Amino acid sequence: MTDDKLARMANQIAAFFATQPGSAAEGVAAHINDNWSPAMRAALLAKVAAGGAGLAPAVIAAAPHLRPAPRTKAQA
Amino acid sequence: MKDFILPTRDMGTPARHGAPVSLTIDGFAVTVPAGTSVLRAAAEAGIRIPKLCATDSLEPIGACRLCAVEIEGQRGTPTSCTTPVAPGMVVRTQTETLARLRRGVMELTISDHPLDCLTCAANGDCELQDMAGAVGLREVRFAPGTNHFAQRTAEAPNPEWRPKDQSNPYFTYDPAKCIVCMRCVRACEEVQGTFALTIDGRGFASRVVAGQDVPFMASDCVSCGACVQACPTATLQENSVIAIGTPERSIITTCAYCGVGCSFEAQMRGDTLVRMVPWKEGKANRGHSCVKGRFAWGYAQHQDRILRPMVREKVTDAWREVSWDEAIGFAAARLQAIRAESGADALGVITSSRCTNEETFLVQKLARAVFGTNNTDTCARVCHSPTGYGLKQTFGTSAGTQDFDSVEAVDCAVVIGANPTDGHPVFASRLRKRMRQGASLIVIDPRRIDLLDTPHMGAGLHLPLRPGTNVAVLTALAHVIVAEELYDEAFIRARCDWDEFADYMEFAARPEHSPEAVEALSGVPAGVLRDAARRYAAAPNGAIYYGLGVTEHSQGSTTVMAIANLAMMTGNIGRPGVGVSPLRGQNNVQGSCDMGSFPQELPGYRHVSDPVARGIFEAAWGVNLSPEPGLRIPNMLDAAVSGAFRAIYIQGEDILQSDPDTRHVAAGLAAMECVIVHDLFLNETAAYAHVFLPGSTFLEKDGTFTNAERRINRVRRVMAPKNGFADWEVTQLLANALGAGWAYTHPSEVMDEIAATTPGFAGVNYAMLEKRGSVQWPCNDAAPDGSPIMHVDGFVRGKGRFIRTEYIATDERSGPRFPLLLTTGRVLSQYNVGAQTRRTENVAWHAEDVLEIHPHDAEVRGVKHGDFVRLTSRVGEISLRADVTERVSPGVVYTTFHHPGTQANVVTTDNSDWATNCPEYKVTAVQVSASNGPSEWQSDYAALVAASRRIAPAAE
Ligand code: SF4
Ligand code: SF4
Ligand code: SF4
Ligand code: FES
Repeated sequence: MTDDKLARMANQIAAFFATQPGSAAEGVAAHINDNWSPAMRAALLAKVAAGGAGLAPAVIAAAPHLRPAPRTKAQA
Repeated sequence: MKDFILPTRDMGTPARHGAPVSLTIDGFAVTVPAGTSVLRAAAEAGIRIPKLCATDSLEPIGACRLCAVEIEGQRGTPTSCTTPVAPGMVVRTQTETLARLRRGVMELTISDHPLDCLTCAANGDCELQDMAGAVGLREVRFAPGTNHFAQRTAEAPNPEWRPKDQSNPYFTYDPAKCIVCMRCVRACEEVQGTFALTIDGRGFASRVVAGQDVPFMASDCVSCGACVQACPTATLQENSVIAIGTPERSIITTCAYCGVGCSFEAQMRGDTLVRMVPWKEGKANRGHSCVKGRFAWGYAQHQDRILRPMVREKVTDAWREVSWDEAIGFAAARLQAIRAESGADALGVITSSRCTNEETFLVQKLARAVFGTNNTDTCARVCHSPTGYGLKQTFGTSAGTQDFDSVEAVDCAVVIGANPTDGHPVFASRLRKRMRQGASLIVIDPRRIDLLDTPHMGAGLHLPLRPGTNVAVLTALAHVIVAEELYDEAFIRARCDWDEFADYMEFAARPEHSPEAVEALSGVPAGVLRDAARRYAAAPNGAIYYGLGVTEHSQGSTTVMAIANLAMMTGNIGRPGVGVSPLRGQNNVQGSCDMGSFPQELPGYRHVSDPVARGIFEAAWGVNLSPEPGLRIPNMLDAAVSGAFRAIYIQGEDILQSDPDTRHVAAGLAAMECVIVHDLFLNETAAYAHVFLPGSTFLEKDGTFTNAERRINRVRRVMAPKNGFADWEVTQLLANALGAGWAYTHPSEVMDEIAATTPGFAGVNYAMLEKRGSVQWPCNDAAPDGSPIMHVDGFVRGKGRFIRTEYIATDERSGPRFPLLLTTGRVLSQYNVGAQTRRTENVAWHAEDVLEIHPHDAEVRGVKHGDFVRLTSRVGEISLRADVTERVSPGVVYTTFHHPGTQANVVTTDNSDWATNCPEYKVTAVQVSASNGPSEWQSDYAALVAASRRIAPAAE
């Protein structure tokens, strides 16, 4: 998965939750936790850790709420 | 092989639903609903009155007079088909007078009918023959005179004689045999709603003609076959019956094409299928069908079908035909090697929306329980995944709210992003029938769809919006409903969370959602937006039907929520005639979603992280299941390119042709080391496959399909699988080669496992389906008879939830380089990627994909009708022919994706729905220019496919 595409997907999710009442960061995190595979989440977290260039603020704010990939299952 | 036949006696006239009325017929007391004809009342009592022009699918017209009866206290001999019952009526159906009269009628009819019964295709299946017998016709006393059936008179060619019309590939019209009963004309009007047939001339000169007396294929006829089915003689006859003979038994099964899920009688002679006749008791179709289900089943016997398994080391090798053992062993060894190296998450499956529920259940079980990964997805990803998400968020269940019968009570139908006359023809016919009774129609679609041109319809309104602006338009409708206080406060207070509605009201009322503001975005005039909102809100029963024009957008899920909001705020939920109904593309899209095909959901839409749900399956399957969501199709392809995803088992899907951004799909497939394709034909995806497992058709297996109304219909095996195994057996072979130890001997056992693990299916089993014919889920202790309509007393999630629906423009915007917007769809005669329909006579209607372009856009580009044009987007280009038409608005072009040579998905992009990654097929910025042949990709691709289809002769 290219980081580019992950960023685009995450930003699209953030764009939706930014229009909703309540915390956009929590909305984004819940959606990603429910729907993204561990490897995809790990890649996103790595991108945030690397400075989060190109990521919407709500995505960066969501990072602490993202479930880290379980250690035993690293592939995907 | 077991026959399943319920009596389908012709009752003469349609059923009525009035208060009970009692009368006496031939001395027997009969009680029937008011409004019932005497003919039908007699049939209910088991008394058959001779008849020709009446049949129970059509309103009676009293034309042939054969059904005459005597009624005490009435003079003369009224026709029983047009005479309604009255209390205390005393009817006699057999008297001397009546016998004489009927013989006279028959004698006259037969005098203009050839007496070649012995060699007639309808011999043994002809109502004229039957009636001649029933009335005791023994002689025809008219001297041979003017007639329609003799090719020549004694002196010269007979001017009244007409040759057969064989223009339609599926049926023949032989005017010589017509008795002018007008059943065909009425069937085309009342059942199909096309009005292609008329009676030309009067009296003796009258005859049935298509259009303005042209061949059937040149008329408006859509080849639904309703007229053929209604014809009592051999005048309109299926070519298959002419070729094979009349059938001797029938088996009830379900169409494998679209999401309407029509029930059919597969009429057989031995193990040869003679014809498919829509089943009268079928609750989705009520005895009607379209050209695909009735006629386009020849692909099952097509020579292109691959019947022996094949393998190859590399995709550049020729295929090697091998035994089933070797193929399964080869596949299992590769899968195991990859799993040992890279872990279970390097493996995945794609389930099919064309296969049965049982087959789909087993494929996702293979991934979760045998491979050990949640990497399972289905082609529903690319069509209706936003429906699942959007309706689950708002209503609490990932499915439509209505049954198809509900359309009979609709007052205002809103059709959004769907083209039912082509995509869901039987639903379209049922809706048209309701429209002829006065229901109004609102179409929200960039194209002017045929539904808007329904003959004799009530009010119609078209909102020709710019592609990609669905959310803006629907929110504008909500704005009007809020601003003008047209909402149903009582319903909302009782059934939804008022605070959430208050929030939505505040949101919708914002000036940027006003019709005037949205007119600028969408191109739909503000007055039309207001009109549409008022009509929908004011209708006693307003129903929304939608298709892929809603879901296949970057805001597909948001659009589904906007639809749900509209239905809730107007109280249009929970009774017949209202609701939100997604029109599903493929036959078992609903079922494949229900069966846990998605990577984050176990069967029954329970999230994989839910320990209770996981526990049920862990107990049933004796394995530990992963609590982490797996990969979706686009993510699988991405991961393949990066090397993390290496093996896939694809059942009955052609992702290379059906998924967007073909180059990307090709790159993903090419990067995998084990691609197992399980299909009927060497499809486009198979160009990248290492293992090919032959599939079976719906005629060759048992199982169930779940249609768009959640109806679980039986599919029954009518002939042995030509490839040796039903698809569920092949999956089981593969699972067992990986050590699964499955021991299913019949799909009913799989259904029992589904029922035991999935609450909505708890009450479903084959014995029950055998008895009831079909059932709509949820079917369990709370709803033992199933659920025709959902959310009747409350929403599944408790309170209905309003969600804000802000319009966010797609990244795919037209600009100077790509000034036009491409949107895609389908035509009636073809189905999806066309793998089946292209291998039938249906190619007579749609031999190639064309590009619809508005005359203005064509002119500025120097493009004329029929020219070859080049269609370019930022990801690719293809060439195809132009169809210059005003059906599309200026700035919009449209094409279909039925033919692999066209490869429309070379130009579609990888944009997708924010929530579900459902691809944005419906909006691609493109440019169109003159061209003189296939694009480079098309030529290269044709060469690649030809090379990859080589099959080495078996080394024996
Ligand atoms: S096949 Fe269908 S559309 Fe064609 S004439 Fe017959 S009823 Fe009408
Ligand atoms: S074609 Fe058949 S159905 Fe039509 S009028 Fe003639 S006999 Fe009747
Ligand atoms: S394709 Fe659809 S409408 Fe046509 S017969 Fe099959 S299920 Fe019915
Ligand atoms: S059947 Fe009643 S008039 Fe023909």
